[in-house]
Amino acid sequence: MKFSGAEIIVKLLERQGITTIAGIPGGANLPMYDALGQSEKIKHILTRHEQGAGFIAQGMARVSGQPAVFFATSGPGATNTLTAIADAKLDSIPVICITGQVPLSMIGTDAFQEVDTYGLSVPITKHNYLVRSVEELLHVIPNAFRLAASGRPGPVVIDVPKDVQTAILEFDEWPAPGRRDPGPELIPAEVERAAAMINAAEKPLLYLGGGVIQSGTSGDVLALAEKGNIPTVLTLMGLGILPHDHPLNLGMLGMHGARYTNMAMEECDLLIAAGVRFDDRATGKVAEFCPNAKIVHIDIDPSELDKIKTATASVTGDIADILNMLLPLVDRQARADWMERVASLKAACPMIVPDADNPASPYGVILRAAELAGNDAIVATDVGQHQMRTAQVYPFEQPRQWLTSGGLGTMGFGMPAAIGAALAAPDKTVLCFTGDGSIMMNIQDLATAMENNVNIKIILTNNNALGLVRQQQDLFYGKRYYASDYARRVDFVKIAEGFGIATYDFEQCEDPAALLAEAMATPGPAFIHVPISPDEPVYPMVPPGAANCEMIGGEANV
Amino acid sequence: MCKQTVLELRVNNHPGVMSHICGLFARRAYNVEGIACMPVNGGTTSKIWLLVNKESNLDQMVKQVDKLEDVLEVERHDNGHEVFSKMTEFVQ
Repeated sequence: MKFSGAEIIVKLLERQGITTIAGIPGGANLPMYDALGQSEKIKHILTRHEQGAGFIAQGMARVSGQPAVFFATSGPGATNTLTAIADAKLDSIPVICITGQVPLSMIGTDAFQEVDTYGLSVPITKHNYLVRSVEELLHVIPNAFRLAASGRPGPVVIDVPKDVQTAILEFDEWPAPGRRDPGPELIPAEVERAAAMINAAEKPLLYLGGGVIQSGTSGDVLALAEKGNIPTVLTLMGLGILPHDHPLNLGMLGMHGARYTNMAMEECDLLIAAGVRFDDRATGKVAEFCPNAKIVHIDIDPSELDKIKTATASVTGDIADILNMLLPLVDRQARADWMERVASLKAACPMIVPDADNPASPYGVILRAAELAGNDAIVATDVGQHQMRTAQVYPFEQPRQWLTSGGLGTMGFGMPAAIGAALAAPDKTVLCFTGDGSIMMNIQDLATAMENNVNIKIILTNNNALGLVRQQQDLFYGKRYYASDYARRVDFVKIAEGFGIATYDFEQCEDPAALLAEAMATPGPAFIHVPISPDEPVYPMVPPGAANCEMIGGEANV
Repeated sequence: MCKQTVLELRVNNHPGVMSHICGLFARRAYNVEGIACMPVNGGTTSKIWLLVNKESNLDQMVKQVDKLEDVLEVERHDNGHEVFSKMTEFVQ
């Protein structure tokens, strides 16, 4: 066989099962685009910004659990991808970014559109490559897929100089596609110790995060919770692991968690942490997090163990394997006193949802959209108040239903991630909750949504402000609202119309519920504009740096 | 007790490896006091010796280094290593 480097890349991607690639062509990746144009298996999604391509890939990967690929050219193309790659690193999402680079002989000469993509991507990737010969492609591409998906997943960058793309290679055999490695071998004594601690605990709590979703093991987690009657809190990344209305699900913990959730954590005597990394938005002041609890920490990444909080016992491995071994060792227990205590906390300090019945209110529109979208819908958000409200009240039913930028907190994530989700799951409705600050950070890819006629319903709650920033200024900076209110309003409805997207405006609308229902029932992209007041904080809120017991707002009977 | 330790790494030998390792220490604000690197195996792999202070997050750093794809092996010499005792002669 004889192929060019570019053809080898595209064939290897086909062999990995890739069917959709988002990206933008440019001088240094044109050979790859020429080869991609010949592919009958891969559809290309032309975005308007490389960051959009990165978040489309993330949307596909988050929904499918499989690595997704995006393309960018050298120089500005590559720098534009960095935020989406860093975002994937923080949330452990398997994406592979393939960039063009100036020819090998010109590297280091400050050539046109040359930038050190390899150097720039070192701290934000799981691993990265600068491919120095066409032969290397045969192991770099499968290896990139293996790495992205194995252990703790993450992003991989492959930088390919233009002359490597055009070089011809003669070879006999295609390498095997790169697949996820099996998890590390478990140490039975670690699992047994964890089981003994769980059995001895009177007031245990499960603290579950994105790692459980990555491991695809939510069924076993539910079995563990039910067998031991162990109440469960979820991180922002872990929403959907347990159905929202399961009696053992105490919802999201941390900065915007419900009062009873954080209060239960104050009282637990054992914290069983699985697939979590003790992020500061979840723990609050670490020294005062779960002050009475021993900790069992379960994770596939050994460097997460004892990083923030020293565990009493830790188990390294794939959570699915660990649960297989752990579940039979855990005693069936009623834990009636603890169940009763948690129930009374929940009754005394429930999640208060203001204006829940009004479909034009910040919380009401989320609840009404959820009702209309059904249990199967995928939900993407941007970053800000709308994101925290959605995390607090959306009735999640299953894993991989919820796409949000957790670790990096990237405004601009939502809409392109929703496009990616719709491409990966074309039969599902995809909701995208966004704010007027966030949508502006990637609004250009409304054109991509329109061109591909994806079934995404963008719900913009517009307070003409950077709401969460403004809320912090309100609470912690003496109400000095500086640079958080926009001086003038833009007409989002006209903007969306200009992009050729169907619009639905709640402004002066007499029956917003009916309008929302109409938007949801019409296939294809929709843009729903919901004007709201900037003076509606998200409560409860733990001040940054404070302990989780120091919540502001969200009290019952006030 | 010795306040310094030496990490001996076996790594793949290509132009980006050093930046992966040094970058890891730099972005976690962990100073590398001394560094030595020599190719082995005809140049497909290298040995890197890092002289570092024993700080509270050293274990975390070792775990992070171990995670790097190009790092094949990490060994810790808490009693120092003669690479650095010999190199010291050059800076006396």
